Amino acid sequence: MFWGSRKTIDMNYFPDEVLEHVFDFITSHKDRNSVSLVCKSWYKIEKYSRQRVFLGNCYSISPERLIARFPGLKSLILKGKPHFADFNLVPDDWGGFLYPWIKAMAKSRIGLEELRLKRMVVSDESLELLSESFPNFKSLVLVSCEGFTTDGLAAIAANCRFLRELDLQENEVEDHRGYWLSCFPGSCTSLVSLNFACLKGEINLASLERLVARSPNLKSLRLNRAVPFDTLQRLLIRAPQLVDLGTGSYIHDPSSEAYNKLKAAIQNCNSIRSLSGFLEVAPCCMPAIYPICENLTFLNLSYAAGLQSNELTRLIHHCRKLQRLWILDCIGDKGLGVVASTCKELQELRVFPSDPFDAGNAAVTEEGLVLVSEGCPKLNSLLYFCQQMTNAALITVAKNCTNFIRFRLCILDPIKPDPVTNQPLDEGFGAIVRSCKGLKRLSLSGLLTDQVFYYIGMYAKKLEMLSIAFAGNSDKGMLYVLNGCKKLRKLEIRDCPFGDTALLEDMGKYETMRSLWMSTCEVTLGACKVLAKKMPSLNVEIINESEQTEFNLDDRQKVDKMYLYRTLVGHRKDAPEFVWLL
Amino acid sequence: MALEIFHFKGKRFLIHFMKYKFVSSYWLSKLQKKKKIMESECSKKLEEEKLELRLGPPGQEHSSRFIKDESLPSFGYFSSMKSNGNQAHKFPAPEDHLAGSVLASPWAKNHQPTPPSSLQSSEKKQIAMPSNCPQKRTAPGPVVGWPPIRSFRKNLAAPSSSKVASETPIGLPHKVANEKKTVVAEPSVKGLFVKINMDGVPIGRKVNLKAHDSYKKLSAAVDELFRGLLAAQRDYSAGGVVNKQEKEKPITGLLDGNGEYTLVYEDNEGDRMLVGDVPWHMFVSTVKRLRVLKSSELSAINLGSSKKGKTVEN
Repeated sequence: MFWGSRKTIDMNYFPDEVLEHVFDFITSHKDRNSVSLVCKSWYKIEKYSRQRVFLGNCYSISPERLIARFPGLKSLILKGKPHFADFNLVPDDWGGFLYPWIKAMAKSRIGLEELRLKRMVVSDESLELLSESFPNFKSLVLVSCEGFTTDGLAAIAANCRFLRELDLQENEVEDHRGYWLSCFPGSCTSLVSLNFACLKGEINLASLERLVARSPNLKSLRLNRAVPFDTLQRLLIRAPQLVDLGTGSYIHDPSSEAYNKLKAAIQNCNSIRSLSGFLEVAPCCMPAIYPICENLTFLNLSYAAGLQSNELTRLIHHCRKLQRLWILDCIGDKGLGVVASTCKELQELRVFPSDPFDAGNAAVTEEGLVLVSEGCPKLNSLLYFCQQMTNAALITVAKNCTNFIRFRLCILDPIKPDPVTNQPLDEGFGAIVRSCKGLKRLSLSGLLTDQVFYYIGMYAKKLEMLSIAFAGNSDKGMLYVLNGCKKLRKLEIRDCPFGDTALLEDMGKYETMRSLWMSTCEVTLGACKVLAKKMPSLNVEIINESEQTEFNLDDRQKVDKMYLYRTLVGHRKDAPEFVWLL
Repeated sequence: MALEIFHFKGKRFLIHFMKYKFVSSYWLSKLQKKKKIMESECSKKLEEEKLELRLGPPGQEHSSRFIKDESLPSFGYFSSMKSNGNQAHKFPAPEDHLAGSVLASPWAKNHQPTPPSSLQSSEKKQIAMPSNCPQKRTAPGPVVGWPPIRSFRKNLAAPSSSKVASETPIGLPHKVANEKKTVVAEPSVKGLFVKINMDGVPIGRKVNLKAHDSYKKLSAAVDELFRGLLAAQRDYSAGGVVNKQEKEKPITGLLDGNGEYTLVYEDNEGDRMLVGDVPWHMFVSTVKRLRVLKSSELSAINLGSSKKGKTVEN
């Protein structure tokens, strides 16, 4: 090589393997995407060395094209249904089926090792095929999925010889008796993470104990409701190395032998940093876990409806190192004050409603939030269901915590104004977006006018996801957002007076976004058709649940639900009857 | 006062102030449209209810449900705002109709029959009440998909901590009604799981009522759920390991009283009822849990207490 007169090293002199090795250090999806754009040879090298792929929308590309693009695929993340499907706004059978992906990957002999799915329809068939087609399969994480039964889990357990992770989070699983756990062969000793908290049925406790006993690498174990207290105690004795524990049923007589045994067992579990579960709980048994609270960084009590405010605060007192807290609103404003004074390292707080449909009884208000903002300056992620909020409180919070990345506020009465001033909450949210320059995700609620969107468009420059409900006065609101938020990827809107003008003003914008959801707005069928026609790179889908089957309805008719997303592969072939692809 | 506050927002959100309550016309028109469709389907049921309500014993629940039929709260829980009197949104249009119906109901006789207070106090009850045709009503009850929480979090309240359960007689059905979509076709409701236990089987199961639309199908599902377990239990008590296939026999006659077992349920008031007496929709909206009892033990169980209150809405 002549280095003489050259000022820069020409990387193309390096053999491909060297470049590949360099690219190995580039792990972020975005960066790897950028790498592949540099030149043809980099594209090629990156293509064959790429192992991890993230698809935020499973319909943006077909399985075949994905495989052709990245033949070395080992780890895939797929997301299916739109976010509002979590709240029953998307009918069953809308789509998001896993099977075609498994089929295609199996056919092409992809060496799949990890699969992480969110809001997909996963059939037993696909789980079975998965378990049979990928000998090195290691990790299955299903979040908010549905369509499978414990039979599918049995296939995974039985056939994936090197399984390390089986993580089921909040899935709808049909439970067929608990034998699936027994399907882990005796030779399976590789488990690192097992989470079946969302399963509703019984499981074979003896099999569970044996499985845990032969899994020395087990770090994360989350049990379901059917696992009783004494089994928990026996499991803890076998797995003192656990880092993440989710209890099942946590009810026992505190004067009993089993309780004392559990106390002893827990004290031995020095590594537990994350605690969840307590789906059934007896408050008198909580003291047993106090010893591990000191070291907890994540505490999830959001399913522990059996714990009252005083019990919760007593527990929180011990948790000085907490970074993430998920809790029910029965903790109350005072309880949040305890959080504020104890958990100085807190970064993420989620307060869920214990009684979602009776807003009058919600136990937290703006006061609790203000207290937390004062006590926990590191707070950067919030999900807060409350009875009411004031502009003053939001302004104070914005001043105290400028680091918010996620700010999701849900006032249970969706159009409630500031109860003190009777004003909309525009100024409060305006303060949040002005102050938190790194804000990536925002959910609004309360009485809101176009003004709040003016602020969002003006200040929320890093915003990637925005959820709006029952807000705004006119198309201007939506336009402020579309024009101002340059980094916007996902926009979901329900029950707002935004119509055709806003939708069609800047159609090219949607190509820079992943998706747009609008339901019960003022958008007409005609406008959707126009958009679909002008933008072939977008799929515009109308979900129509009424009895009307005629496609060529009056174009002036308002559509109930519209979901559009960018795609490389045009209309999907698996849409059900009630989804119209324009 | 209300008009001034919201006037600047333009037509879209013109708030009608009706005495002590106001509602948004934007949503009102939408709901009225839906209501028309729903009402025609529910009119029959309403007719029956009206009659029944007048015959039944006075009780807040009856009349508040009756009131609910006429009224159109967009968001059920708005009115339960105790902190601010101003914030009581609700009840559009037929105000006199409402007043009329309040006075007409037996409930009014037992309380101060002034429309405002009666409506106010019934507001709270309204939200908690399940609708009579839960699958078809749009008017009463919360908005679909609000608050934005996953189904997993909806049925959380444990008996000890649930304030709603202690204040009103409604426990599960309240949440049941809220989970139902408020349009005719409701393909998106995830499922309604109720516990079911069977005599002689220590393991309880759960059955998804959403998956069935008739008593016949439910009966078949119960058979499927417990047939194997029952056989296993017999094996266990017999002490031997026998081929399950031979011993499993179908569980039949659950509904007609002819079988070895009978299906009963516990409703939202804690009463035990025979399954099959009421229309399916009503059953689904009031059932709290199911039991499969030995038919021979039925007479010993007090089903009678259910009868006196049940001529009415259940």
